[in-house]
Amino acid sequence: MTKIQVHDPRGFPPKVTGKPLAPRLQTLDGKRVYLVDCLFDNSAVFIEQLKDWFAEHLPAVDTPVITPKESWVEDPEMCAKIIRDGDAAILGVGL
Amino acid sequence: MGLAIELEKGGVPTVAVHTNVFARLAKSVARVNGMPNTRQAFVPQPVVGRSPSELREYIEGDDPVSGRRFIQEVLEGLTAPLDEEDQKGVSFDRTRPRLLEPATEEELHELFLRERWTDMLPIVLPTEERVEAMLKGTSRSPDEIVGRLRPTMFREFWEFNVEKVAVNAVMAGARPEYLPVILALASTGQTARSSSTTSFATIAMVNGPIRHEIGMNWGTGAFGPYNHANATIGRAYGLLSQNLQGGSVPGETYMGSQGNSYSYSACFAENEERSPWTPFHTAHGFDAEQSAVSAFMGGWYTEYGTIRDDTWADRFRLQLRAVDPFTGPLLALDPLAANKLVEQGFDTRESLQEWLAENSLRTARELWDNQWMQTLLRPRALLGEEPYASYLNVDPDQMVQTFQPEDIHPVVVGGETGGTYKMIGGMLRGNIASVDDWR
Repeated sequence: MTKIQVHDPRGFPPKVTGKPLAPRLQTLDGKRVYLVDCLFDNSAVFIEQLKDWFAEHLPAVDTPVITPKESWVEDPEMCAKIIRDGDAAILGVGL
Repeated sequence: MGLAIELEKGGVPTVAVHTNVFARLAKSVARVNGMPNTRQAFVPQPVVGRSPSELREYIEGDDPVSGRRFIQEVLEGLTAPLDEEDQKGVSFDRTRPRLLEPATEEELHELFLRERWTDMLPIVLPTEERVEAMLKGTSRSPDEIVGRLRPTMFREFWEFNVEKVAVNAVMAGARPEYLPVILALASTGQTARSSSTTSFATIAMVNGPIRHEIGMNWGTGAFGPYNHANATIGRAYGLLSQNLQGGSVPGETYMGSQGNSYSYSACFAENEERSPWTPFHTAHGFDAEQSAVSAFMGGWYTEYGTIRDDTWADRFRLQLRAVDPFTGPLLALDPLAANKLVEQGFDTRESLQEWLAENSLRTARELWDNQWMQTLLRPRALLGEEPYASYLNVDPDQMVQTFQPEDIHPVVVGGETGGTYKMIGGMLRGNIASVDDWR
């Protein structure tokens, strides 16, 4: 059978550069863990339930809820605030 | 996922919570961001519509992906020590040769199908000769970068050049003379293979002299499979979108729950010659002698109707109340229907847009009881964006205006065998590009 050569139809993906995870915490006690409501439909209810769970089971953890200005849009100010004031973050649901 | 990665880079240990159907996607995004071990925890799908107690059960139950307790995944994600890969991430280069390894035609067809580089219909293999012939359809250099595409927000952009667009145009069966239209569509940056869970497609409409030059159909059957240019330009737009953006694979780079038939091919030309109004593109900064292509995002609803003297207004009101409130319509009118509307006093496209907007009424309750209004527009309303900010505090039973005139796009297409129209979900969002720039 005759062999032929054809073009690769795919685009040009960016080069991937490895990035380390942030160092983990030894304990959450006394730490501020931001709960980020990603603004998807009903995610506020989920985040509120998560906050209640922490209040009942790990009351020494401070869990303020924070939201981006808009869904599906980067919010550098919120990101900077979490980095500046927070020890950890939980994002829910979906962002 | 993008926010989680930014926070990790900023030194904040983070766990991102997703529903289980997004597991492959979330892990794929983490990997191509160089951080494959980004901590993730999963709850069952759906979150939408679940009560507080049901969501509490999610939190106290098992992670459906790992099988471990959800809360354990969260707590350990923030506190468990990192391993070597966690501390380095992964680096890799995905540069590939222009040409694939030599193989028989049968093997190549199987490869294209297996790699999901097709729309599951037979394609034309993009040999060097065919691609070279396709490139004669433009004066642009094969190496020139056309743009970037991605399946959805927060995914990585892939870049592509003129040659890559030509390759996909060959695969779709397009002819070289169609290439400027296909390049123009690619240049909009609007994918025709969105990964949105709403399953939206992208519908292309061509205006200007190019319609005649390449023999497009704006008459009888213009939306159907009856014209080579319409069919293959629409197909090429789909193929180039999936291949140049990094794929459109269900569960990974495509999350449209039901999919969309418009995604096979959706391209038509406006019937400028029989339209009672000025050509669509002239309302968007183009002269009538120029050629342009518009890319409407939507296609998740299609209403049908005819313009009857006594009932047209009520029909429009009912349809505008029934359609998805987040997406204004592309109103594709047969010339007979458009001329009936002229008889009703709409002597310009703009006057019809204004009437339709003013009559796109529904209760505030109906407006806000919508996933995308809640997710995408409510946050903007809370920031004061009008008119939505005003709609937040009105009586839920008060009628409010769903669309603004600029959200509604009346166009003329059809062969006058019936005075019909289609009202199709179709957001334009500035995605109208010059074809002439790509000749």
